[in-house]
Amino acid sequence: MVNKQRTIFFNVDKITLVLFAALCIIGWLNIYAAVYDPEKGNILSLGTNYGKQFIFLITAGILGILILVMDVKFFSTFSPLFYGVSIFLLVVVLVVGRNVGGNQAWIPLGNFRLQPSEFAKFATCLVLAQFLSTATIKNKAWQTTLQAAAIIGIPVGLILAQPDVGSALTFASLIFVLYREGLSGYFLIFGLLGIILFILTLLLSKIVLIVGLVVIAGFLLTQIRNKKQWMRPIVLGTIGSILFIFSVDFTYTNILKPHHRNRIDVLLGKVEDLRGEGYNVNQSKIAIGSGRFWGKGFLQGTQTKYDFVPEQSTDFIFCTVGEEWGFVGSLVVLGLYLFLLLRIIFIAERQRSSFSRIYGYGVASIIFCHFFLNLGMTMGLVPVIGIPLPFISYGGSSLWGFTLLLFILLRLDANRMGII
Amino acid sequence: MNPYFARKFVIQGIFIATALILLVRLFYLQIVNDKYLLSANNNVLRKILIYPARGVILDRKDRILVQNEPVYDVMVIPKEVKPFDTLAFCQLLEISKERFDKQFKKAVNQSIYRASVLEKQLSAKVYAAFQERLYQFPGFYVQNRTVRMYPDSLAAQFLGYIGEVNEEAIEKSKGFYAKGDYIGISGVEKSYEDLLRGQRGVQNLMVDAFNRPKGHFADGHYDTLAISGEGLKSSLDKELQKLGEKLMNHKIGSIVAIEPSTGEILAFVSSPSYNPNQMVGRQRGNNYMKLLNNPYKPMFIRPIQAEYPPGSIFKIVNALVAQQLGLINPSTTFVCGGGYHYGNRVMGCTHVHGPMDLSQSIQHSCNTYYGYTFNRMVDHAGMRSVDGYKRWQAAVAKFGIGSKLNIDLPNERKGLLPGADYYTKRFGSDKWTSSFNISLSIGQGELGITPLQMANVMAIVANRGYFYKPHLIKAIGANKVVKKEFTERINVGINSMYFNSVIEGMSRVVNQAGGTAVNSKIPGIEMCGKTGTVQNPHGADHSVFVAFAPRNNPKIAIAVIVENSGFGATWSAPIASLLVEKYLRDSITRPQAYMDRISNANLLPAVAKPISKPKIDTLKAKLKAKL
Repeated sequence: MVNKQRTIFFNVDKITLVLFAALCIIGWLNIYAAVYDPEKGNILSLGTNYGKQFIFLITAGILGILILVMDVKFFSTFSPLFYGVSIFLLVVVLVVGRNVGGNQAWIPLGNFRLQPSEFAKFATCLVLAQFLSTATIKNKAWQTTLQAAAIIGIPVGLILAQPDVGSALTFASLIFVLYREGLSGYFLIFGLLGIILFILTLLLSKIVLIVGLVVIAGFLLTQIRNKKQWMRPIVLGTIGSILFIFSVDFTYTNILKPHHRNRIDVLLGKVEDLRGEGYNVNQSKIAIGSGRFWGKGFLQGTQTKYDFVPEQSTDFIFCTVGEEWGFVGSLVVLGLYLFLLLRIIFIAERQRSSFSRIYGYGVASIIFCHFFLNLGMTMGLVPVIGIPLPFISYGGSSLWGFTLLLFILLRLDANRMGII
Repeated sequence: MNPYFARKFVIQGIFIATALILLVRLFYLQIVNDKYLLSANNNVLRKILIYPARGVILDRKDRILVQNEPVYDVMVIPKEVKPFDTLAFCQLLEISKERFDKQFKKAVNQSIYRASVLEKQLSAKVYAAFQERLYQFPGFYVQNRTVRMYPDSLAAQFLGYIGEVNEEAIEKSKGFYAKGDYIGISGVEKSYEDLLRGQRGVQNLMVDAFNRPKGHFADGHYDTLAISGEGLKSSLDKELQKLGEKLMNHKIGSIVAIEPSTGEILAFVSSPSYNPNQMVGRQRGNNYMKLLNNPYKPMFIRPIQAEYPPGSIFKIVNALVAQQLGLINPSTTFVCGGGYHYGNRVMGCTHVHGPMDLSQSIQHSCNTYYGYTFNRMVDHAGMRSVDGYKRWQAAVAKFGIGSKLNIDLPNERKGLLPGADYYTKRFGSDKWTSSFNISLSIGQGELGITPLQMANVMAIVANRGYFYKPHLIKAIGANKVVKKEFTERINVGINSMYFNSVIEGMSRVVNQAGGTAVNSKIPGIEMCGKTGTVQNPHGADHSVFVAFAPRNNPKIAIAVIVENSGFGATWSAPIASLLVEKYLRDSITRPQAYMDRISNANLLPAVAKPISKPKIDTLKAKLKAKL
């Protein structure tokens, strides 16, 4: 027993651990700065966000150690159970949940609130890995794809019912996992083209867009030599795009909530609303932009200190980094994340079991999605989506969720020479 | 090896590309675009302006003419307002509910985060009551400021008034003024604005997102203190001014008194006047409109803006010029047969004076004498009439007639002294003679002289040939600086000996039986003066009197005009004599009833004729003629 544990801790990927710790510490310092009130001083109180985050960090550490000492088979074996419990909690939250900021995403537990969608992420990753790694299923077959989509779709549907569009969106990143395991690359391209078309539809008039598409298609048909081979895809693609344009219009006006529409309009510059929907992003950009190269210094950010950015210790924590640590500090954080993501892919690829590899890609995809959407949001690149920055944002559920996600991978990796 | 192994590069590539996109965005926000730093500073920095006290204006004996009084503006930050007892609030501020709603809406429209003025200039009394209950009205606070206060309500047109700057002035000032600042709009307040306004101080406060102050930016390193405006010491004698305004009660007209040895203006009365305190405070707008609509035009600064044909007082100028040109001397005698005959016409005289010498001609104000004198100057000067006129005109212009004296007040008018071209054009050729404009000899016709110019002519006579630029500000600031232009002696080109017989004649006007103003003789003081009557085509003639005293070493030169009051000796001369005595002796020997009779007399015309009306009428007539 003693021997086994020693090997586990010996085998744990130290680089990832260091990255994890670095991000957690940076997170805590910035939460401290975001909450810091120059008049009240800096008493370490458990009533404040940084006090609570301190506890979350310690418990997250304990959680990490617990995961590392557990039997490696535990996770693959019980993955359906985790998934089931997550789904159950997602249903429970819709019944007894507490509504915070328009989303019914929290289950009150004493002083703390639990956010089941954070735990659904690792459970979905686990069960997806379990499903895709089962040898009897051929990844290419369309049934497999559909089943995998269903595994992802159930929690997404429940989270959308809260309705927490941001968290639901992070599950979309699992497309990377499917791609790595054999999903056609066209899905990625279609996805990208879809996003571009979506934006163009909102910016341009439909007629201009459709005429433009037809002209491009016609041009391609006259220029390409091998007409027979390309005829069908181009025609179908054009028709599909036109249908998509109309569906965008429909989605935008009928499915999206007014505040989503506003956020998108603000981002696209269609409306200027610095008091309402645009306030957060504008103040966030001001905070980051005013940091300049070296930043204003720890606890010196006026945007941060004087509460100009709402939600600053949670979703908009990166403002503090940008304002007080400047371009240099932001570069460090950006670098740490990229390093972590690439490290996770490196770890995933060195696994012998496909379960571990697939799970690894799941972890990378979800962290990537949070990283991109959160930073993009604070810099005004993507619409305001209320999702936390992994390991840095304030919040127990989010920290524990990401710790679970990452440490399960570390546990699997520590045992990569063994057989699951 | 997994068949899709190579796909890891695609995913890695996407991750790296995304990180690069974010990096470029960061670079743009933090390095390239510098507007965000500015925005952050705008967010957090609040410039609190500290308004300086405007300079105080004193009279020549350091008595206060205008000072500052604290008032209190009620400010509101709409975002911080919580439900409160609106009725009690309105009662405290003495405003109506409608007024409150209107002002509050205005503040909300401006910004709900920033402070706006809700109600301006509370009095100390209203403020005291409001301050006590201020805690009941979160979101409101009081900012103090000073306004002008005139302890004796004197010299309104001289002091002028201040008001909020307009857009044009803000632009012109290149950032010195900001919206809501006050600026001198008329009078000394305007002409000495640069000195009076002082310098605003600034406090750079840091505030949080809820506009709560969080201390001074950079520990107050960039804060500045307000510097009060310079005090001005005016040349006015407050007591003299007060008496002048009292005597001019219910009359239209002007009084200008000048100290001949310095050019300092001792009294500057424009009547009807108004209480300068009306142009301060919350009723300012209403009062201003009332003053504008008043038919007697209290805003019209008569001493420097009203132009009159001077009448008989102009004989003094003609007498001096003719002597200087060598065309008459004190013993030159003309016989008055009741008028001056030219061609087949007669310019009538008031009496048949018989033979008159120069002094007598002044004493009796003989028209005939000046008909001959003017005739000599224009037609018998050894040159063509038109050149004779030009020479005369140049000599008269040296008295400051027909051009601005450049007193230190805005909007001075220059008056009228036509050039030879004017008559050439009217006559159709330059072959006209003095017959064509003989009325200039007795100060009628195409002449326009302001009361200030009249008083200045008296200062010239008192000084026997020179004057100092008339001015209202004697000294500036704590160091008592005197503007250099006010210390320069200006000669009018008349040899001092030519004044003797003129002054003798003027002395007889007041002091010798038979003089036109003998009723205004001051016991024990030899005042020299000249009466005049300004013909008024719109009603009763204007009464004019100019004088200086005492005859030797004169201390005061004065011009008094009372419109629509007839002959110069009836009203203007007594008023002048009272002021002269008051100034020289500091008390009045004549009975109080004498003064009361003057100050109680109401000489306002039933419906005042606006001064500018004749001009409009002639313009209309011209237009009609053209049509």
